[in-house]
Amino acid sequence: MPEKKIGLKNAGIINPESIGDYIAAGGYDGFKKALHMTSADVIAEIEKSGLRGRGGAGFPTGMKWKTAFNSTSYPKYVICNADEGEPGTFKDRIILEQDPHSCLEGVMLASYAISAHKAFIYVRGEYFLPEKMMRKAIADARDAGLLGDNILGSGYSLDVQIKLGAGSYLCGEEFCLVESLEGKRGYPRIKPPFPAEKGVFFQPTIVNNVETLSHIPHIIREGADWYRTMGTEKSPGTKIFTLCGDVNKPGAYEAEMGVPLKELIYTFAGGIANGKTIKTALVGGASGTFVPPSELDMQMDYDSLKSKGFTLGSGAVIVLGEGRSLPEFLFGILGFFQHESCGKCVPCRAGTTSLRNAMEDILAHPRRKIKNEKSLSEMEWLSTLMLKTSLCPLGQSPYFPITSAVKYFKNDFLGKE
Amino acid sequence: MERNHVLAQFEPRQENLLLILHSLQNNNPQNYLTQDDLSATADFLNLTKSSVYGVVKYYTMFSLKPRGRHLIRTCMSPVCRLLGGRDILIELEKLLGIKWGQTTKDGFITLEPSKCLGCCGNSPALLVDRTLHGNLTKAKLREIIAGIRNPSKLINKRGRQCQKKK
Repeated sequence: MPEKKIGLKNAGIINPESIGDYIAAGGYDGFKKALHMTSADVIAEIEKSGLRGRGGAGFPTGMKWKTAFNSTSYPKYVICNADEGEPGTFKDRIILEQDPHSCLEGVMLASYAISAHKAFIYVRGEYFLPEKMMRKAIADARDAGLLGDNILGSGYSLDVQIKLGAGSYLCGEEFCLVESLEGKRGYPRIKPPFPAEKGVFFQPTIVNNVETLSHIPHIIREGADWYRTMGTEKSPGTKIFTLCGDVNKPGAYEAEMGVPLKELIYTFAGGIANGKTIKTALVGGASGTFVPPSELDMQMDYDSLKSKGFTLGSGAVIVLGEGRSLPEFLFGILGFFQHESCGKCVPCRAGTTSLRNAMEDILAHPRRKIKNEKSLSEMEWLSTLMLKTSLCPLGQSPYFPITSAVKYFKNDFLGKE
Repeated sequence: MERNHVLAQFEPRQENLLLILHSLQNNNPQNYLTQDDLSATADFLNLTKSSVYGVVKYYTMFSLKPRGRHLIRTCMSPVCRLLGGRDILIELEKLLGIKWGQTTKDGFITLEPSKCLGCCGNSPALLVDRTLHGNLTKAKLREIIAGIRNPSKLINKRGRQCQKKK
């Protein structure tokens, strides 16, 4: 399967700071076309395309929009989630740095679809260059008459504003992002109501990932049927996979949904570094699952992965070559969760610390076979408890790396390689 | 810039709190938020000082302690750790003569670990102020540090010359 680009179509080809380049590449045609369509038609087209959120959850985008559209409460808002912080993921940074207009056009289309007159782009605090690029893109679009009052004489007005995060992984979760955007601590809210019903300022809000939004202009321009020719039945379209770790050519590669994992690692990323064999790949970032070498033929789409107990997450593939210590790597992940837990709900606050400490204990005493086996099953139990009782996805995340590591690589933790 | 001038750039609404705190912190040559900053922000937005403090403490990019003029944030994500991020941090600590979280004696550089810089394709990575550096090696680290240090020597020299003239 060759590379197929939608989100990265212009990346590295056009000058990201030139709106002219973007327009010459077919940019803003989708938005101009949409201005002649009704909001309901735009949403119907997105629903028909079967586009699913690329941020990690894979929720149908059209359904999200429809909920916000059907709400009778005004004003409505659109938020672009550019608070990318999942270890192993850097797709949004590439889109924002190299093709900010495609994301902006997606924001404009989403806003038009639900009749929102204000949209926010929430960029994480450490993303200085992406923020600069996006600021320029917004200013250029405003100068070109694509933002502001009465856009292109259609009577529709839209204002887009950049908001900055300040170093919190958790703010990538939609409700934490909403709270942070309101100028508060990034604590999760209880769901439901979902943001599409009661989001920012308790008004209907669409929160979409950068990659999701960058697909929207293409779907509107080329049509939902074109989009459905790519990918699988239930996960149409393409996905950006970010390959990193022990591979020869780490980077972001975009391919159709359903591409085999093996192809991503060996064809796109050029195989394992230093001529080694593969030990495992962590698919989906820190909150993803460890995939054993025996499952490398697996198709990379939401449903195929889910049916085998894996997750696609944000599309990150972290490859570990032979000889890497899995306990040490898992310890790094658990330390990450412990640091980023906000402390609002008890299972996550206490659980992430206990998990990290348990893993540290195993690392310190690698030869205590019986005791470590017991600690491992306790860790599995605790992470299952957290999965069931935590308020937001952060507390639910450690379950995936822990259970998959124990399932496929238990011996690594018991001191007999 | 005066604190009031910074505040005046924003509409007094709570949704601007993070942007205001960023601006105030960037405005401070020592890269931190003073207690007066918090009080002024609270008054400006009609919030309590404790709620502003709560927000500041939640986000890792804000500091209530003075920091160096330049910030080095090393990436400590699982991927960077895997590809030698730890050695990079240890080497940096050795080069600068400080531990992470500390500032060099001349108040010039502060070393901070960061959780993930979103640069996993070029691990290990670090951020110097607003510039990202990837694919780090020990040799490259020395170059980067020299690059930050060099302008400082010029300023110091000039400063000394001025004093002599007086």
